[in-house]
Amino acid sequence: MIPILTHLPFAAVFDEIPLGWFLTLSLVMFTLGAVGVVVRRNPVVVFMCIELMLNAVNLTFLAFAAYPTQMVALSNPGEAAITGQMVVIFVMAIAAAEVAVGLGIIMAIFRLRNEADVDDMNTMRG
Amino acid sequence: MNTYIPAIDWALAMPLIVILGTGLVALLIEMFRPKQNNNLIVGVSLAGLAYCFVLLVNQLGKPVATTFSGMILSDQFGTLAQLIIVGATFLTFLFSESYLRQKRIAFGEFYPMALWSAAGGMMMVATENLLMMFIGLEVLSIALYCLAGMSRGERRSEESALKYFLLGAFASAFFLYGIAFVYGSSGRIDLEGIHQGYGNAQDYFIVFAFALILVGLGFKAALAPFHQWTPDVYQGAPTNVTAFMSVVSKMAAFGALIRILGYSYDLQELWLPAISGIAILTMTVGNIAALVQKDAKRALGYSSIAHAGYLLVGVLAHIKMPDTIGLSTVIYYFIAYGVMTIGAFAMISITAKGGKEGTRTQDLNGMWRKAPFAAGILFLCLVSLVGVPPTAGFFGKWAIFNDALAADLPVLAIALAINSCISAFYYWQIAKAAFVDDDPALQTDFAPVSGGLKLTGVLCAAMILGLVLAITPVMEIGKDSSANPRIMKRIDPEDRPTPTGANSAGN
Repeated sequence: MIPILTHLPFAAVFDEIPLGWFLTLSLVMFTLGAVGVVVRRNPVVVFMCIELMLNAVNLTFLAFAAYPTQMVALSNPGEAAITGQMVVIFVMAIAAAEVAVGLGIIMAIFRLRNEADVDDMNTMRG
Repeated sequence: MNTYIPAIDWALAMPLIVILGTGLVALLIEMFRPKQNNNLIVGVSLAGLAYCFVLLVNQLGKPVATTFSGMILSDQFGTLAQLIIVGATFLTFLFSESYLRQKRIAFGEFYPMALWSAAGGMMMVATENLLMMFIGLEVLSIALYCLAGMSRGERRSEESALKYFLLGAFASAFFLYGIAFVYGSSGRIDLEGIHQGYGNAQDYFIVFAFALILVGLGFKAALAPFHQWTPDVYQGAPTNVTAFMSVVSKMAAFGALIRILGYSYDLQELWLPAISGIAILTMTVGNIAALVQKDAKRALGYSSIAHAGYLLVGVLAHIKMPDTIGLSTVIYYFIAYGVMTIGAFAMISITAKGGKEGTRTQDLNGMWRKAPFAAGILFLCLVSLVGVPPTAGFFGKWAIFNDALAADLPVLAIALAINSCISAFYYWQIAKAAFVDDDPALQTDFAPVSGGLKLTGVLCAAMILGLVLAITPVMEIGKDSSANPRIMKRIDPEDRPTPTGANSAGN
């Protein structure tokens, strides 16, 4: 247990649940997202699946940050934990920027053809 | 609690700041500009790029240094890669204005967005921090998604933007998941983490991370089998955007890839066969698929996939023997690839006239008669893309071929030679459409060759022919560059820096 988490009311959780469970959950989330990108046809849903993948990554970062000493002998586990938690902030900001641009592009497609289905995106072939 | 604020060396970050600032100024001018006149924006953007170019040239030859707590790294390779990005942006801007006017999409926002995109690319190549690389990748890509869909009334353009956006975001998620596992196995998010993580108990995490990062960057660099988006996006996007992204996006992705491979020296036995396979597949898929294309932009898109394969051969030769083979051939080939690709796309852009644009190969019919200057430059670029002496493309390929042989990678060298021969056929098809075929039924009007386009053509032609003379100085400058500036030599496990090192960037 790293010092910066001990004051939290649910801190005992990290003693009872092993890191592997968090990693498995995030791997399942990531895989669901990746499969969703491949099989879904509505671009908005495809985009939601990508967001699911990014959130799976965030969960991975936070899980590793909560268990820094399990991975390697770190001289300063608190600093390593903050590194991972900081990355999550950046990822969330970037995901928000992607939403803004992505929905804009999907809107532009709707205006041009009144429907948006990724299977109909086939004007270019070869 | 004592707060420690590290000293910041602003000079190292100056090229990046200049580009970002120029973008802001250009956007402000766009708000107040006289209608349908972007000349001032173009002028300011070009001036900013030229100033940045000078700053970067001054950084050449300086010792390796970091600033912003290791977030920004200044070394020879990073500076050269940034020079290529800035130069490619400059060449693209020169012919953009006339093309956008002909296509009736003369939005002034193109210039600031492209500048910020270039800044993202510069961030990616000038850092050893994986988070910084990710942010650079996103800054580069998000601006490019918008630019690809800039021609809003055109279905192809919107479709290419959507495809690029969905697949690009998908690839970024893979890249980020890889960073998460580098972090998990070493507690760091810089490249040191890769070789620190390798060797401890959980080194399968690093292998997993490495594979994910390779998928993410492979998408951006258009390596087969992650190349599927490339032809569609290159064909659908406005031609100046295609020219821009074919060089800037590829240079940025390759810059990040080269650094990551350099720090993964220990894992080499795992990835060298895999990436050699990717290199052969990329060259072959790109060239074979290009043979049957009916669209000039699409064929050039496949050609850029093939060239990514050639570049990867040079990169592998360097990473395999970092002590004897420098990155100079990769840099040299990137300069050659940049000028000949931008030159070819720029000359094809004159098919856009009065809001219409035909990019099929047959739309180039009669180009020789109606626009001899553009046809001549296009021919020179195509000859260089094939790799015929005495053009820059030939010497670049020759140097990569020699490096591959010297690094004991004969299969890659032979694949490169065979693929160069295959590629001659589809470049010939484009040249034939512009020079030999002159079917009156397919006559199209070409836009007049503007001054900016002429300048682009002259610069590209001068570089294609002049790089022969510059081969010694370029090789000399590139000789000091390395994928791994801190640890130039082979990394022994005992010599690994401890996590508490003075320059523990990112922690």
